[in-house]
Formats: sequence, C-alpha cells, structure tokens
Amino acid sequence: MTPVQRTVTKTLVALVAMVMFTIALVPLYDVFCQLTGLNGRAASEPRVFTRGEVDESRYVTVQFITRKGNGLPWRLEALDRQVRVHPGQAYEVNFVFTNYGKSAYRGRAVPSVSPGEASLYLRKVTCFCFQEQRLEAGERLQLPMVFQLARDIPESVHTVTLAYTLYPMTGPLAVIEDGTTGQGGDA
Amino acid sequence: MAPKHPPKARLEHSENVAGGAAADVHEAHHPSGPLRWLLTTNHKEIGTLYLVFSLTMFLIGGVMALVVRLELFQPGLQLVRPEFFNQMTTMHGLIMVFGAVMPGFVGLANWMVPLQIGAPDMALPRLNNFSFWLLPVAFLLLLSTLLMPGGGPNFGWTFYAPLSTTYSPPSTTFFILSLHMAGISSILGAINIIATILNLRAPGMRLMDMTLFVWTWLITAFLLIAVMPVLAGVITMMLLDINFGTSFFNAAGGGDPVLFQHLFWFFGHPEVYIMILPAFGIISVIVPTFARKPLFGYASMVYATASIAILSFLVWAHHMFSVGLPLIAELFFMYTTMLIAVPTGVKVFNWITTLFRGSITFETPMLFALAFIVLFTIGGFSGLMLAIAPADFQYHDTYFVVAHFHYVLVPGAVFSIMAAVYYWLPKWTGHYPDERIGRWHFWLSVIGVNLLFFPMHFAGLAGMPRRIPDYALQFADFNMASSIGGFLFGLSQLLFVWVVIKCIRGGVPAPAKAWDGATDLEWSVPSPAPLHTFETPPDLRRVAS
Amino acid sequence: MRKTYVLAALIAGVAWLERNALADGWNMPVGVTEVSRHVHGLHMTIFWICVVIGAVVFGVMFYSLFRYRRSKGAQAANFHEHTTVEIFWTAVPLLILVAMAIPATATLRDMYDASEADLDVMVTGHQWRWHYDYVGEDVNYFSNLATPREQIDGTQAKDANYLLEVDQPLVLPVDRKVRLLMTSSDVIHSWWVPDLAVKKDAIPGFVNEAWTRIDEPGIYRGQCAELCGKDHGFMPVVVHAMPQEEFDAWLAERKEEAAAAASGVDRNWTLPELMERGEQVYGTICASCHQAEGQGLPPTFPALVGNQALLDDLERHIDTVVNGVAGTPMPAFSGTLNAVDIAAVITYERNAWGNETGDIIQPSTIQAQLSP
Repeated sequence: MTPVQRTVTKTLVALVAMVMFTIALVPLYDVFCQLTGLNGRAASEPRVFTRGEVDESRYVTVQFITRKGNGLPWRLEALDRQVRVHPGQAYEVNFVFTNYGKSAYRGRAVPSVSPGEASLYLRKVTCFCFQEQRLEAGERLQLPMVFQLARDIPESVHTVTLAYTLYPMTGPLAVIEDGTTGQGGDA
Repeated sequence: MAPKHPPKARLEHSENVAGGAAADVHEAHHPSGPLRWLLTTNHKEIGTLYLVFSLTMFLIGGVMALVVRLELFQPGLQLVRPEFFNQMTTMHGLIMVFGAVMPGFVGLANWMVPLQIGAPDMALPRLNNFSFWLLPVAFLLLLSTLLMPGGGPNFGWTFYAPLSTTYSPPSTTFFILSLHMAGISSILGAINIIATILNLRAPGMRLMDMTLFVWTWLITAFLLIAVMPVLAGVITMMLLDINFGTSFFNAAGGGDPVLFQHLFWFFGHPEVYIMILPAFGIISVIVPTFARKPLFGYASMVYATASIAILSFLVWAHHMFSVGLPLIAELFFMYTTMLIAVPTGVKVFNWITTLFRGSITFETPMLFALAFIVLFTIGGFSGLMLAIAPADFQYHDTYFVVAHFHYVLVPGAVFSIMAAVYYWLPKWTGHYPDERIGRWHFWLSVIGVNLLFFPMHFAGLAGMPRRIPDYALQFADFNMASSIGGFLFGLSQLLFVWVVIKCIRGGVPAPAKAWDGATDLEWSVPSPAPLHTFETPPDLRRVAS
Repeated sequence: MRKTYVLAALIAGVAWLERNALADGWNMPVGVTEVSRHVHGLHMTIFWICVVIGAVVFGVMFYSLFRYRRSKGAQAANFHEHTTVEIFWTAVPLLILVAMAIPATATLRDMYDASEADLDVMVTGHQWRWHYDYVGEDVNYFSNLATPREQIDGTQAKDANYLLEVDQPLVLPVDRKVRLLMTSSDVIHSWWVPDLAVKKDAIPGFVNEAWTRIDEPGIYRGQCAELCGKDHGFMPVVVHAMPQEEFDAWLAERKEEAAAAASGVDRNWTLPELMERGEQVYGTICASCHQAEGQGLPPTFPALVGNQALLDDLERHIDTVVNGVAGTPMPAFSGTLNAVDIAAVITYERNAWGNETGDIIQPSTIQAQLSP
C-alpha cells in the first residue's frame, strides 16, 4: 500500500466509525435521558417501587394534565386532577379513556414529567402509558395508574406535573379493520 | 534546536523553470473546450471551478438576502408573502453555508495547499473532480425545489423537526437528497486534503513547518470527517420520518423533537468552525506578509486552532439553552462555551502582536484582513455575551443572534475569502488586481456590512425575534438602516466581480513573488502559476549544521 | 493634532454609546421581575467587559497600524514568540471568565427553581396562536393576533402596538409566583416576554416549565421566538398583570362566561345565527391556514371552497374539525373550542363562499358526539 492509500484507508475507517457513532447516538440519547431525566422521558417505563419508610413529614403535589394530539376521536380524563402525596407512599389514580368515534381505534398516551429531574424519582408500576390502548366505538375504559415518588426526591421539588398526550397509533387512517398492526414508532 | 517558524523557501530555486516547461508538454494531451473543465483533474483548474461556483452561489444567496431585506425595509407586508419569505431566509442560509463559504474554502485549499506544501497536485485528483461536480448537481436540485408545489424548504437553515418533517412541504425529500450530495462532496474533499497534506509535503517540510493556512485546513478536514456523517444521519432520519413512517423526531410515535436539535447541533457547532478555521489560516498568512514580520506565536496558533476544534464538540447545546435542558447541562455548556473565548482570544492577540513593530502597508488583501480582525472580534464579543446562559434567554432567536453570526460569517469568513482572492490573484492570473477598484470594494463593503449588521444588535436587544417577515413599529428604524446597508453591501460586490474579471483579462504583471513580504512556498513558482508545478518537489531539508 | 481629533472622536463615540446603549428601545429592557433585573445586570456587566477588552485590543491594533506604517519608514522587527506574554494573555481572559461565570450560575439556579408556585398556567403553542389554560380552574382560551389584516397590508395606518396586540391577553396576578407549563400541539414554538426575562420552548409531546413573579401591574408584550411556519411573525404574547383582587374578579367572570357559553348548546340555532358566529370563529381560528375566502394554500392547507370530499361527507367534516387529522397540521378543536363554536364554524364552512349545502349543524349534535 502506498502512503496515500494508507492515509485514505485510515480516514475511511474514521468515517465509518463516525457513521456508526451517529447511529448509536439515538439509543445513547435514550439511555442518557433515562439517567438524567432529560425531558421527563424516564416515566415511560415500569419501575419497581423502592421499599422503606414513607416520609410523612412532607407533601408533594402531583398534578395530572391530559392533552390530545391530532386525529383521534378520544377523550382522556384524569379522575383525580391533583393529589398530595408523601414521598415513599404508593398511590393509585384513575384515568378514563372514551372513544366517541364511530369505529375502533388504537391510541397511546405519551407521558411527560415536569420538572424533568422529578422523572428520576417517579416510579410507576402500572400505567396505561406503557402500552397502546384499543377502544371500540363508544367504549369507555377506566384505567389505573399506580405510582410512588421515591423518598429521596429533592426537597426543592414541591409540585410534579404529569402530562399525558393522546396520539393515534397509525397514520391518518387510524381505523383498524382487521386487527393488523399499523406503523408504530421505533425511536 | 529547530526554528519554530517555517523555513523560508529558496525563492529562486531551479525547479520553477522546469515546472513551467513541463506544463507545455502536458498541455498537449489535455482535452479542450467545455470538456476540459468537466474532466479536469488538475488541482488548479478544480480550484478555479470551486471558486467560480462559490462566487455564483454567493451572488444567488445574496439576491435572496436582498429580497428579505427589501421586505423588511418597512413594517407591513409589501413584497412577498410570509410563506415565500421563509423560503428565502432558509435558502439564503443553506446556499451561503453549503454553497458559498464551504466551497470557497475548498477552492482555496485546492489551489493553495499543494502550492504551499510543494506538492505537484492533490493526492487523489480524480476524486477531486468528482467532489466538485457533485456540488452543481446538488445545488441545482436544491434551487429547483423553489419551483415545486408547496415551494422549497421553509423551515430555516437549521430545519428543526417537526416543522421540517411532519409539517414540511413535499419538496423536503429533494432538499434532503441535495444536502446528502453536498455532504458527500465535503467528505471526499476532506479525505483528499488530509491525504495530500499528510503525504505530499516537500521533503524536509515537517508538520510544524507548514503555513497556518495548511494547518487550519488539516484540522478543518478532520472536523468535516467527524461531523458530516452526523448531518447525513440526521437528514436520513428525517427522510425515514417523512416517507417511511418512523418516529425519530415525532412525539406521537414515541420520538423526541429535541433529539433532532441535539444531533443537528452536534454537527452544527463544529460546522460553524469549519467555516471559520480556514479563515484564521488565511489571516495568519496575509498579516505577516504585509507587516513584513514573521507570524507571532506560530506554535500557539496551531495549538489554539486544535483546542477550538476539540472544544467545538463540547458546546453544541449552547444553541439550545431555551429547550429546557436540566440545570447541570446548562451550566456545563455555558462553561465550555465561555472557554472557547480563550484560544480565540489568543489568535487575535497573536495577529495584533504580529502587527506590532512591523513595517505595514495597506494593499487590498491587508485591508480585508485587518477588517476581519476587528469585525470578527466584535462577533466574538457578542458570542461571549451569548454564552452567558441566563442572558441568552433574552438574546436567543432574536436579531442579536443574527447580528452575531453574520459578524463572524460575513466580515469574518467571507472577508477572509475575499482577502485570500486579492492576495493570491497575482499568483493565479499573473496580474495584480486593480488596487483602486479593490479599495472602493473594500470601503463600500466595510461601510455596508456594518450598516447592515450593527443595527441588528439593537433590534435584537429591543426584542425583535429572527425569521419574521413583519415587525412591530419600534424596530422600524433599525431595519431600514439594515436594509440600506444590505443593498450597499450587496451592490458593492459587483465591484468584486469586476475586479476579478479585469484581473483575469489583464493588468500590471506580477512577478513570481508578488508581495515583497511574502515568504511561503507558492511565491517560488512563476506568476501565473503554470498548470503543473513542483513536479520535482522543492528540497527543504536543512543542511546539517 | 490628528491624535487630538481621534481622541475626541473616541470620547464622543463612547458617550454616544453610553447614552444610547442604555436608552429604552436600544437595549435589553430591565423588566419587571427580580430575575429580569438580574439578567439585565449580567448583560450590562459582560457588555462593559467586552467594551474594555475591545478598547485595549483595538487600541493596540490601531496604534500599531499608525505607528508602524512602512510609509513612515517603519523597519520590521523580527521577534515571533514570547512565552510569558503568551501565558499572560491566556490566563487573564480565563480569570475574567471565571469571575463572570459566578453571578451567571447564581441567576441560572434561580431561574430553574419553579417550586412553590401560587398559580399554574398551561401555555400551549398552536400554529399560530397561544392557548392558555389555568390549571384546575376550568378557564382556558386562545389568544389570537388582534392587529387587523388591513394594517399588515398597509391599507390602514398602523397602531402603536402593531403586531403586538391580542384579542385576549394572558392575565396574571402581580406579586405571585406563577409557574408556566409550556407545550405545543404541533411544531416547536417559544414563549417569550422580554420584560419578564422568560423564554422557553413549547415542544410537542413534552412539558417544559418556567416561572415568573411580576412586580408591577401593567401590560407586557412579547412574541413567539422559534420559527413555527408561515405566521411565526404573527403570534404575539401579551401578559396583563393586575393586583390579586382584580385577578380574582377577572377569573370569576371568565368562569361565568364559560358557563354561559356552554348553556347555548341545548337550544336550536338558526342558520343566520350560526353563520354570524361561524364567520367570526373562522376569521380568528381557521383563516390563517385556509385563507379568508376558503381558498386554502395547497398542498399544505387544502381549499374549503368546493372541497367535495368534505361537502359530500358531513361526518368527515365534523370529525376533521373535532379531532384533527393525524400527521397533518389540522389540529383537534374538541379541547379548545366549545360545541357552539365548532357547530357554527362547520355550518359556516358548508354555506360560505359558494359552498351551498344548506346544512345546519346544531351545537347539540356536536355535544352529543363528544359525550355519547
């Protein structure tokens, strides 16, 4: 190999490495978000409760906000819009999904926690947001969400806001005719 | 102990004459007519092609900027609709960044890197031809999107998702394709430059003997290889989101629009330095020539350039202070960004110390270089202000930012390219550029550029957001001044075109060493430089002492 | 002689800068919150640091340019390095930066502490209007640009608050900590009021938070700061700050109004009534995309005139307005407009600009759809 060929080979190796790195950035970003609570994404995975004492000396207010994206004839309501909780204690709150459309749809509630760092301390064992929901025309479905705020949540956090945004699970034609799955997210 | 500055080339060594004679031999089997330009593998001809392309794009992008400035001359919507205004701002940014500044620097590298290191050509001449010809195709495609239904890209040159994915016009797929082509062109060009610099230096020329222009380009080429794949990755994800139903950046499918910004700026911030490092190199070559004094702090210039390049990978999120990063991330990016001021300051101090106790003359290239130092530093100051995260909440996405990056890119990068053109035109054409027109061009450009961009600082601080086609009345005076400055600057570039054409056609003949203070190797070959130079490399090995 | 002129020009320049850079309308506003005053202080500090460094650096530069001209017979020296000097000018900027980073860090920590707020407001960016929702209060409304089209097109004189006027401002109490929860229903927007020193991106699917505590009653104006499409320049933010008692009265009034609006659902509306209401709703909500005459802006925003796909299919028309269309800019209005407005605007769209279906959509029909 001539020296030029050697240099070109090395730069090509560096180039391929950067391409692989770019591809790896997407999963790395997810891991990074899980670790730091960036954008409150950590809240979309089930987590085990921590055992131990309940900190009854303080309260944290947890708010629930529901929103709706485009293209889904559903309504999502939080039966408890706001609860005051002790860190360490497990709570159950209920949400009602209503499909007021004329056919069955699949949808998913995408969670977001504010402030983002609070998502590190929010543990949910059951949540409708972990998977997509399917509702028949006119169906009303009450689903629980069981959560705990970790005892070590910083003293500075007094209010945690949990927002759920409903999105249809397929493109513009979200109607399910035969139960086949549509295109989902992969990120 | 070896000297810390490049050895002076023996300017009258005998290869020059041999080089000139060899050119005639090669000319015989060279294709003529348009085919010659299509098929050429000569670094000088390809360099010329790049520079002509860059100038063309500069004028097209400039016309788009003038459309924007004309609309903003007064409050109210007079000339264009908002949807077209957005296409103009977007295309102006894309064309200037990817079509004018980057190819301009690549053109200079093609011409001057082999001449400054004593190489006969680029290491990979045929690849060189291919990298150039990708560009006209890419930009014709990009420009053609303006004629497509729904218009061209209208989401800003930063094309934030989901505005550029779910909410974009149908032509976006073509925009992605053209950006891919421009990116491949840059990567191939970078590989070529690295291979040339690392392998084809004249015998005896060590890395620390190279001119700063070659050094900055070497570092820039590594930056290109590192970040162009990231740009390719992010636009590929956009393509998949738009056409294949994935959800990288779509919250509805579990994606995250902020991921786009992280990826984009991981590319974008080094990209900003890709557009300024070669400018540092040019200024570091021109200032010593006209101060007739060696560059002060050669080694620290190299280290400062390398530190800036490394830091550029650690500051990307300062473009995203308002997206809601965790506090710890805001602090990290604020500190790293402030740190960049240190190596940048070192460069400015070095240039000024080079001037100190020199023997200074003010030919047109020097005028542009001096204006660069002053105006780039002003852009650096506003950059330092922008680094202060709490204050950035007020500056972000206002005209203050527009003023900042135009100060570093127009009287920064663009002035450096013009300085380089005036500096090397005698070498390229064999004639000195017309000093009188050059001076007119310089003074009109300096006045125009400041009248254009300085009021933008005030408009931004007073609260004017960027990328708006119409504005509240308190911003009217600033905008009117900017628009007048814009037209003054834009029209005075016609003088530049004139001076270049005039210089190609004739003028005062230039000797091999066109500037008496010049010391670099390119001044050892005749002016105009024959098609083939340094076929026998100059021997720079030091005689054992 | 010449030196005196240069010096005089320099002094005049600094004096001019001092006066104008601190003047209203040329500089960042001091604002009406503690945070905004801190931010302004940081801004001025770093500005003057830059001015001083600039004066020294450019001073040396221009001195060299005048003193060492070859035309004055200057002979070039040949020095090209000096380690002590080089270390000095690396270290000094570093120290200045550290000194600057300390107050900046403190202010940033303060800005990030949104805890213990007295009032929470959900701010949602839409193409191209803001929606405010007082969390837990059942009060929510759109805030639209109120500058008339004629002023933008230049057929009418422009008001003092041209492009910075909305139909319904965000009303906030003074001396209370207000937490602002930001999100978006479509693309990324950014909510910015310079006087409050609050700028935060509104990102679809995610919730950001910011806070403010306004000291003085008044009206504070800002704009969307993130390119969000065609009418990015036409979605101002207006905050009306008032004393707590006034705010409470205002909130109670808004609740009554909302109740009154809802009561109209049950009665039967006539076509002219619906058309009148519908035209008004269409003008504020729909016209920015589908255009005043329903001609749309294809391919992104379809025309409504002669849109047979909608006109032949009432169900689909209602579904489109109520639920929006996934993967397109068409939003769901079920959460932001009441049944009367939705019914009126659909009726209007089906009977205006030569669309003559004669269909009358009653608010009760929409209401029945929403709660089966």
